[in-house]
Amino acid sequence: MKRLFPVLLILCIGMFAYAPFLIVNAPYESTMGLVQKIFYFHVAAAMTMFVAAFTCGIASAVFLFGRRPGADRVGFAAAEITVLLGLIVLISGPLWARKAWGVWWQWDARLTSTLVMWLVFQAYLLLRRFGGPGSDKLSAAVAIFGAALVPFVYWSVNMWRTVHPTTSVVPTLDASMRGPLFWCFGAFLCLFLLLLAARTELQERRARLDDLYLALEDS
Amino acid sequence: MMLMTFVRAVLVGLLLAAAPAAALAAQPPAQEGFVPVDQLPGAEELPAAPLVAAAYAVAWAAVLIYLFSIWKRLGAVEREIADVARRIEGRGSR
Repeated sequence: MKRLFPVLLILCIGMFAYAPFLIVNAPYESTMGLVQKIFYFHVAAAMTMFVAAFTCGIASAVFLFGRRPGADRVGFAAAEITVLLGLIVLISGPLWARKAWGVWWQWDARLTSTLVMWLVFQAYLLLRRFGGPGSDKLSAAVAIFGAALVPFVYWSVNMWRTVHPTTSVVPTLDASMRGPLFWCFGAFLCLFLLLLAARTELQERRARLDDLYLALEDS
Repeated sequence: MMLMTFVRAVLVGLLLAAAPAAALAAQPPAQEGFVPVDQLPGAEELPAAPLVAAAYAVAWAAVLIYLFSIWKRLGAVEREIADVARRIEGRGSR
């Protein structure tokens, strides 16, 4: 991953730098007009948030059942990034909704389940910070539940009546809009991998610091 | 240190409690009874550009603040590692 870091960094900067040109040149949606342009970051961030939540859940399961401390570091890093991406989704969504629906927020299934999932990952982080000894295992269990919520959040728009568009929007998207969306998704994926690498490195250094403190006590 | 941790915990708690409350407050008031059509407010003309700009600005600000926090934390851990390593070396040379 460390060797890939510079390549990913250049790729990420390049993709994010070119994204505005693609977004500006994408056609206006017929009913929403300009405000629909939020879609390209909102949906890309949401898709990457799902990837981050799954990464956190899988890494936490590997840590719980395989007793690998390295997996715990990846899980912790992914949980923080899930919260960051969730924040982007939960702020950009209402900004779009205000114009498209006339309200900032609706307690519909998609919005509420996304908020609940975000709060679950917040709970993970709070547990890690204030949970004391053994909080790594407790939070890993919370992360598995958080990741299990992802399919519910995704399918919520098809299972319940919601004001939020259904999952059929992206597969049936016009090619002129699909290109910019997947470009942004690629950019967010690169960003996720970069942040994951940097944040995991921080956890590894903290583990090294703990080892050094133990060595100091023994010396 | 304990006080700071407590203050941070309270702030995080307040933030978490405020999120649903703020969302609830953003709901339009429920309509009491029937309203004749000629008493409806005029159609709301909200400009889209500030909303689009705000959405992209928030995304960038969140990412940049997070990157800055990782950089700060990495620096702090590095300094602490160097300090502890120096103390171990000092004890070893005695």
